[in-house]
Amino acid sequence: MNAIETKRLTKRFGMVTAVDALDLTVREGELFSLLGVNGAGKTTTIKMLSGLLKPTDGSARVLGHDLLTELPAIKPLLAVSPQETAVAPNLTVRENLELIAGIYNSDPKRVQRMIDELGLKEAEKFKAKRLSGGWQRRLSIAMALVSDPKLLFLDEPTLGLDVLARRELWQVIESLKGKVTVILTTHYLEEAEALSDRVGVMNGGKLKITGTPREILDAAGTENFEEAFIRLAGGEAK
Amino acid sequence: MKRTFCFAKRNLKEIVRDPISVGFGIVLPIVLLILLSIINSNIPKEAQENMFEIRLLAPGISVFGLSFIALFAALLLSKDRESSFMLRLYTSPMTGGNFILGYALPLLPMGVVQLIFCFAAAIALGLPFSANLFVCIAVCVPIMVVNIAIGLICGTLLNEKAVGGLCGALLTNVTAWLSGCWFSLDLLGDGFRKFAYILPFANAVDAARAAVDGSYADIPGKLWVVSAWAAGLTALAVVIFTHRKKLK
Ligand SMILES: Nc1ncnc2c1ncn2[C@@H]1O[C@H](COP(=O)(O)OP(=O)(O)OP(=O)(O)O)[C@@H](O)[C@H]1O
Ligand SMILES: [Mg+2]
Repeated sequence: MNAIETKRLTKRFGMVTAVDALDLTVREGELFSLLGVNGAGKTTTIKMLSGLLKPTDGSARVLGHDLLTELPAIKPLLAVSPQETAVAPNLTVRENLELIAGIYNSDPKRVQRMIDELGLKEAEKFKAKRLSGGWQRRLSIAMALVSDPKLLFLDEPTLGLDVLARRELWQVIESLKGKVTVILTTHYLEEAEALSDRVGVMNGGKLKITGTPREILDAAGTENFEEAFIRLAGGEAK
Repeated sequence: MKRTFCFAKRNLKEIVRDPISVGFGIVLPIVLLILLSIINSNIPKEAQENMFEIRLLAPGISVFGLSFIALFAALLLSKDRESSFMLRLYTSPMTGGNFILGYALPLLPMGVVQLIFCFAAAIALGLPFSANLFVCIAVCVPIMVVNIAIGLICGTLLNEKAVGGLCGALLTNVTAWLSGCWFSLDLLGDGFRKFAYILPFANAVDAARAAVDGSYADIPGKLWVVSAWAAGLTALAVVIFTHRKKLK
């Protein structure tokens, strides 16, 4: 089964067409990276697929349910780590995780597991607002993972993380492969190349190309992923 | 239910970890009580002005003080609405009812605490202690709900800045004028009086005064009006929040 299937999915904000008749298919258990320059429409796509924005046009099926009519059936199964860090500032790290675990009715043991896996142990009792940006980021990601989702949206998860934390997060993401469908956006191309089963490059709200990192390289006729990205995404950029 | 409860727990923590506003809600009614008692003691006996007598003043101020809970609720919600934390919760399975009840529940004990402090101060100022005061606290619960619902509606519709102005200044003034806790509603004429008694505030003050007096028979007639408003406004808050949360 496909985890995501969109048909001409479109979002317009007044005159701006943020996502333009997008046809995107993501298989179950796949790690799919959505790449594209600033303003390409990645976040808008994620917001539509996670039920935060109503599509202007088109349709989508998410985990076998219709996005427009069956959202309540989809919501318990998905989790989002938004582009902007999203934590409750006055709660501690542990309390933040417990809150989300409670809302999704997930196994309370997962709270400890997330603390261990994302290296949050030493910060566990700190209030979120006292954490550094990178630590808040880790917490924000842990909060997306704690509900054990079937479908996970990670919007620029590694933004602001130090090199070690980023590698640790890569491992966590790798370990989800096959079990969880992950849609990832990132501006770190080596990250997309290393982690993704498939990659899609967006520009001006349209999907320019999808394929495995290998296929992307071949299509662009280069061995350098960044170069390939520039050729594919930059083509018509302003 | 579990979702509401988890979210309520978070909001309770958010409230008690912001001690300044909690302190404000507790201290302000006490200050008013003291000031007005001093004024009362300076009013000549022959003026026959009994509005500020402690047995009328204490229940009046306690109901008035509860309007700060509206401000509190509104600030809590409007601040959350502007955060990306809220976006995360919008992607979760939480419903409008989960949100509204989750905000409202922890504000109820806060209101009770405020009343306890208010009555403790009133006792120090000469209000005789009796079991009636506990009845009064219970009688104040519906008006608490009214205030919480109004606050949550404001917090849903307005941003943080507007909330401070509207709930802070306007609502407290409206309660002051319409509740009859500052002056007798008869002074403003029959039409105004009737109007005030359609709204919950004056009814709540009367019910609280009746409770303090021990005239229990007078309570139900007033309290059902307040309770109807409480139920109606809470339902309205859920509807408005759900609508606002809907996809744009
Ligand atoms: N709420 C909004 N109102 C109006 N325009 C919007 C809104 N959200 C996004 N846009 C516009 O939609 C387009 C796509 O934005 P989006 O946030 O999806 O880009 P992105 O690919 O996530 O970019 P970035 O890499 O910078 O995060 C942009 O032109 C943006 O200005
Ligand atoms: Mg983005």
